Amino acid sequence: MATIELCDIAHTYEPDSDDPTFALKALNLVWKDGGTYALLGPSGCGKTTMLNIISGLIRSTRGKILFDGVDFSQLPTTKRNIAQVFQFPVIYTLMSVQENLEFPLVCRKIPKGERIRRVNEVAELLNLKDKLKRPARKLAADEKQLISLGRGLVRNDVSALLMDEPLTVIDPQLKFEIRRKLKQINEHYGLTMVYVTHDQNEAMTFADTIVVMNDGEVIQTGTPQELYNRPETSYVGYFIGSPAMNFIKCTLAGNQLQTAGGRIPVPAGMSIPANIQNLKIGIRPRHVQFTNSESAKAIKGQIQLVQEFGNARVATVGIKEEMMRVKLNYGAEVPTGDVWLALPEENLCVYADEKLVNRNR
Amino acid sequence: MALILQNIDIRENGVAHLDNINLMFSRGGLYTVLGRTLAGKTTLLRTIAGLQQPQKGTLMLHGSDYLQLPVWKRRVAMVYQQFINYPHLNVLANVAFPLRRAGVPRAEAHQRAREVLGKVGLTDFEKRRPAALSGGQQQRVALARALVKRAEILLLDEPLVNLDYKLREQLREDFQNIFEGQDDAIVVYTTTEPAEAIQLGHQMIIMDEGGIIQQGEPLAVFNAPATIRCAEIINDPPMNIFYGTIENGDIQLQGGIQLKVPAHMAHLPHGPYRFGLRAADLRLGSMIGSQVELSEISGSQTILHLRGDIGTFILYEEGVYQHAIGDTVQVDLNSNRIYSFSVDGDLIAGPAAAEAYRR
Repeated sequence: MATIELCDIAHTYEPDSDDPTFALKALNLVWKDGGTYALLGPSGCGKTTMLNIISGLIRSTRGKILFDGVDFSQLPTTKRNIAQVFQFPVIYTLMSVQENLEFPLVCRKIPKGERIRRVNEVAELLNLKDKLKRPARKLAADEKQLISLGRGLVRNDVSALLMDEPLTVIDPQLKFEIRRKLKQINEHYGLTMVYVTHDQNEAMTFADTIVVMNDGEVIQTGTPQELYNRPETSYVGYFIGSPAMNFIKCTLAGNQLQTAGGRIPVPAGMSIPANIQNLKIGIRPRHVQFTNSESAKAIKGQIQLVQEFGNARVATVGIKEEMMRVKLNYGAEVPTGDVWLALPEENLCVYADEKLVNRNR
Repeated sequence: MALILQNIDIRENGVAHLDNINLMFSRGGLYTVLGRTLAGKTTLLRTIAGLQQPQKGTLMLHGSDYLQLPVWKRRVAMVYQQFINYPHLNVLANVAFPLRRAGVPRAEAHQRAREVLGKVGLTDFEKRRPAALSGGQQQRVALARALVKRAEILLLDEPLVNLDYKLREQLREDFQNIFEGQDDAIVVYTTTEPAEAIQLGHQMIIMDEGGIIQQGEPLAVFNAPATIRCAEIINDPPMNIFYGTIENGDIQLQGGIQLKVPAHMAHLPHGPYRFGLRAADLRLGSMIGSQVELSEISGSQTILHLRGDIGTFILYEEGVYQHAIGDTVQVDLNSNRIYSFSVDGDLIAGPAAAEAYRR
């Protein structure tokens, strides 16, 4: 078990260059003991680099890593007590499931009785118990991935489990089981778990805390709710949630926000800096409401399109040159022609130069 | 003018890959084929393209026998799950390739390729090699190469499955616009995702185990699924199914749960039924106790997998919430949205929206 701290970690793959490109720009992060974390971002954002720095497969150009306060930066992978699960299952094809799970313990010279006890415990947890005698290569992809995971879990010296897109090769119907297993493992063993993915749904389902990355930088760290309800940048608002957050340009006019569709009041407790050229309001499609008449908190638009998705209907509303999406339950009525949209104050975000304006609470 | 499949069968070792398929595709139509993996969707497309020969049945295009026409003479374009492009050619040359092969002069081929690249939003990328593009852009190149041929039949086999959800969302929007202009072609698009099939299709076909189990206008199929299997496939998460009976004006479900029979089911005789309710028609409330097996987040929704005396079921909340495994929650059922199926799984009665489509 361990708290992992990244202190001023930065990495470049071209250390000899005069003007190196940093795959990872200076960052500080603390991963608490027993927490579940997701590193989320598009390919090339630096998330795998970060994972490999933690496991020791890469030495970072700058900064250090602390495990429970002790500097591990110079230690080799074998000394770091970390288990890693990769995108594709890694199994010893000539061994049985039992031998696969036992192997890390054999390498560490654990006595036979203890080995069997631990393998049985892990096999029980992963539902591999009746398959222990079978050749590992004969198992389906999802079960092979469970073996990779199990080899990390049998060791009682493991303090953190790192996973790099572990569900890529798993059939959609089977993902449910593995997601559930991972959650149970976290509760059962109290392992610190770090999960790398480009898939928002994977990240939001798995982790208590999500680290959103883009272009070598951490953009926001927060719970799934925080990312959804209060995206700190417009990028996160776009990236998290479907359809994306709506953004409409506005200007500050006293204590009002002037949009192309009319004025709405500045939300309570929000102080918007003056003279910002790039000011926008942001609101989730789910939070926009059709309202009957002009009101102080509504803006005007025109229905352009209604799309059916089965479980939901999405109306696209034109607001002069811009547009807003409104998400409704299936079967809900959508008005036609000119409409007024209410933007509830508690759900309204304002972005100055693409960054969220904070509220005083 | 249409493509007509009659009694098409493909079997291997006793397993039906296509099971007595009868379909008519009209020119200008966009057909989505919805089904789980191994339902026969890809085999259907490969048969239309001529890559696979049926053991039985006929395939006619505009009145002439299409099965006799060799693959290379069929004016068919196909886009696959994997992005297939020529790695050594730049984007423009990739898209112009089929035209150049067909002997279209270079200038004209390039001009047509540029038009199509504009349509798929890649105008600024024509000089790049495929490897220097994102997954979504690579799939656009493959789509552009399919469009440039102006084929009579355009087949797309789960073209978005290998993209992450933001890109899928974007490309789905684009597809809708791109396909609108394909009035001379028959477009057939396979997917495992109900939302995609409903959003894109003019007509929708549900496949299962090699056969067609329902077809029609997407909203008609969504609102009035013919069987439990259809209801499971067309809903994501799948529709919840509960065993129960109607007795003395009440619906009795497992675990002693009792509901008033809603108006749309008032005419049903007493007896055993299977009841269907969409995950969106359950709410956190006070009626039924259950435990959280897993909470998943999909886009902007929280999907709760629950287990209680009533059985296992799924509830869907708009917005993002966290629930730990093992948490106890209380759930309400919206009885106005309940479907009733026979014990064998055929639709007997549904809510107003369902009945409107069945009439």
